[in-house]
Amino acid sequence: MSGTPIMTAPDQHWSFLLGKLSLDALPLHEPILVATFAAVALGGTALVGALTYFKVWGYLWREWFTSVDHKKIGIMYMVLGLVMFLRGFADAVMMRIQQAIAFNGSEGYLTAHHYDQVFTAHGVIMIFFVAMPFVTGLMNYVVPLQIGARDVSFPFLNNFSFWMTTVGAALVMASLFVGEFAQTGWLAYPPLSGLSYSPGVGVDYYIWALQIAGVGTTLSGINLIATILKLRAPGMNMMKMPIFTWTSLCTNVLIVASFPVLTAVLALLTLDRYVGTNFFTNDFGGSPMMYVNLIWIWGHPEVYILVLPVFGVFSEVTATFCGKKLFGYSSMVYATVVITILSYVVWLHHFFTMGSGASVNSFFGITTMVISIPTGAKLFNWLFTMYRARIRFDLPMMWTLAFMLTFTIGGMTGVLLAVPPADFVLHNSLFLIAHFHNVIIGGVVFGVFAAINYWWPKAFGFKLEPFWGKVSFWCWVVGFWMAFTPLYAMGLMGVTRRMRVFDDPSLQIWFVIAGIGAALIACGIATMLLQYAVSIIRRDQNRDLTGDPWNGRTLEWSTSSPPPEYNFAFTPIVHDLDAWADMKRAGVGRPEEGFRPIHMPRNTGAGVVLAGLSGICGFALIWHIWWLAAVSFAAVLATAIVHTFNSKRDFHIPADHVVETERARGQQLALATGAA
Amino acid sequence: MSASVTTPAPTNRAPANLARWYDLDEHDHPEGGSTMLGFWIYLMSDCLIFAMLFAAFGVLGGNYAAGPGPRDLFDLPLVALNTSMLLFSSITYGFAMLAMQRGHVRGVQGWLVVTALFGAAFLSIEFYEFAHLIHEGATPQRSAFLSAFFTLVGTHGLHVTFGLIWLGVLLVQVGKRGLVAANQRRLMCLSLFWHFLDVIWIGVFTFVYLLGVLR
Repeated sequence: MSGTPIMTAPDQHWSFLLGKLSLDALPLHEPILVATFAAVALGGTALVGALTYFKVWGYLWREWFTSVDHKKIGIMYMVLGLVMFLRGFADAVMMRIQQAIAFNGSEGYLTAHHYDQVFTAHGVIMIFFVAMPFVTGLMNYVVPLQIGARDVSFPFLNNFSFWMTTVGAALVMASLFVGEFAQTGWLAYPPLSGLSYSPGVGVDYYIWALQIAGVGTTLSGINLIATILKLRAPGMNMMKMPIFTWTSLCTNVLIVASFPVLTAVLALLTLDRYVGTNFFTNDFGGSPMMYVNLIWIWGHPEVYILVLPVFGVFSEVTATFCGKKLFGYSSMVYATVVITILSYVVWLHHFFTMGSGASVNSFFGITTMVISIPTGAKLFNWLFTMYRARIRFDLPMMWTLAFMLTFTIGGMTGVLLAVPPADFVLHNSLFLIAHFHNVIIGGVVFGVFAAINYWWPKAFGFKLEPFWGKVSFWCWVVGFWMAFTPLYAMGLMGVTRRMRVFDDPSLQIWFVIAGIGAALIACGIATMLLQYAVSIIRRDQNRDLTGDPWNGRTLEWSTSSPPPEYNFAFTPIVHDLDAWADMKRAGVGRPEEGFRPIHMPRNTGAGVVLAGLSGICGFALIWHIWWLAAVSFAAVLATAIVHTFNSKRDFHIPADHVVETERARGQQLALATGAA
Repeated sequence: MSASVTTPAPTNRAPANLARWYDLDEHDHPEGGSTMLGFWIYLMSDCLIFAMLFAAFGVLGGNYAAGPGPRDLFDLPLVALNTSMLLFSSITYGFAMLAMQRGHVRGVQGWLVVTALFGAAFLSIEFYEFAHLIHEGATPQRSAFLSAFFTLVGTHGLHVTFGLIWLGVLLVQVGKRGLVAANQRRLMCLSLFWHFLDVIWIGVFTFVYLLGVLR
């Protein structure tokens, strides 16, 4: 854009300095965005002001931002997921309102330009910056504790990964107020996402946000694989690992074996847009369908990346709240591994209509149906665990039951879609939308809520109040079915996805019902936030002094709540599955003397700096500010190199400090047993 | 949440045989115990990026769009020379690792410099080849075949470039701190990386250049 000959000399100076960025990039003509910006600016200023007034910046920087502690990084991932969840849900509400009113000649309240950005941003945010941070946060927090480790294999890398994900999210948020976001749908299929049909910066925001976050995700996948393979407590062989750790291992294998595909395919799209190559163009021999194939080779494993960890959560929750060991542990492990492998041979079911012929479609239809067998095995394992158990219906277990019902129906509509002739009718329809929300909300989101209710006391030392949690639960479950059942019905009637206005007035009632469902879900979210707030305020009444509030079975419940920075004063030795239940059975006490200094990694700000510079580089590339891109990239390299010269990476927690912490823990336990 | 849940919580009584349940005699774990595994997994993820680029070349490699094809463009003797540069650099990196095993700092530095020279020669020849192709009008924009060719070969070249920067940093670090454990580990990682690029190049040489000319 910078080389347009009509430009006068001063303009060229500015375009050298600012690339495509100018005041026109601010969406001042969009009243909704201006109002949102005003709200965000006010809220942001208030937050920054409050943080400054209470002088917590130093605390945040020292104790959180630069922390290499897997527990704090896990919590930061969850906070990121929660914040982005509110943004993604706001997009969903906007779509519901638009579709509920755009009838009988009404254009609704969103322009096409705006509406297309909203549905794209909703998908991108919910998958990459909500579901991914949630499951990564859970794995980060729980896995090292479950395997009896003091941290992950590469603690600095862990911090860096988190900040890369955050910077990716920040770029998506920046697109709201500076420029625009992609209007292509969440996978940005070319040729629509190519330069000729999307000349603006929207797709570039999409590309660089995902590339930067993708670096973080891949590295965190490598980190957790190495952690699980290398840092298990003595005696914990593979078949004695907790199920959540198993599903995390499989998830991270999927991450490492699929995110590079996304990186590569986005890089090729980048070259098409920036260099003018012809990978996915319509002319000069390019092949748009190659993009669709490649991105789904990443995309299908991605949905299992999201759902496998929550399968692990449900397994832990079911075993704990049924008070017995999981039914069919080894079949659960094998089912997880089989799903991991099969998830690579089903990708073409996302585009049966490509026209690859009956044989190819049959193959992928059958593999897709086959994948429901190990998934079904898992459901039976949970059911048989519950069979004749004294089930405690606390919130984690309630979410698990809601999941089992909801997810099973979502799975069955998935098998319907796996039949290629049926798919030719249902492809791109609202039936598909209902199906994948059915499995992602019913699976991943419910699973994350189960996990938050389950592990919250571990992370913060007090339980969540059940009342508002139960209100939230019912709003969510009923709201979900109300919002998505109409979409199933309309999908069967042939209504396609991503529509902004409708001609057929008889459809309006369905969209109004779906909108009411979304309102119920909004109540579910509000009461969930209320649950957190009330619980934090009343934390002293819900203290967990034992570290084991649910009578848990795995090692994370053997340490205090919240765990000390070193997790375990002495590394536990594992003899059986459900190591902590085993220890409780044997009546093992805690060691109270002989504490030693503990070797720990040291905090570092390098991750924040590297990710921040990457974010600047990404922003510069989006706006074609080449000098800034070059400078910030060089700065990334230089910082990384300088960091390799930093040899002060570890320290010892003095034995005195360990003694002190463990004595406090002993007092807590005495208090707990005294109270009981 | 039923408050009646009786938690057989850990008690403060300490029965015998704690040593069966806790590692009471734990020592510091040597730093970097997971590094080689982690780096290996990273390499496999990088390998997948190349796999995608090979796949793209496999799909688009015949789409010349009425432009020049491999037979018009590739100069096999030049590519053979280039290949030998990279293969020699792998051998000399091997010598550097042997010197490291013997704890011979000078030897490590010397062989690393030789490796870097071979690597730089490889990049120069590749740069010359690219410049020549572009000069003849065979640009990455000309056809999908050329897009895939430049991207695959260029990505490999970019990796070699980063390998060279890394090698330079390691030369400084070995010079500053000698063959300490951290530096040995880094040299091992770069060794894996360097040989990995060799293997990728053999794929490029075979599938892009040799099979391209036969095509």
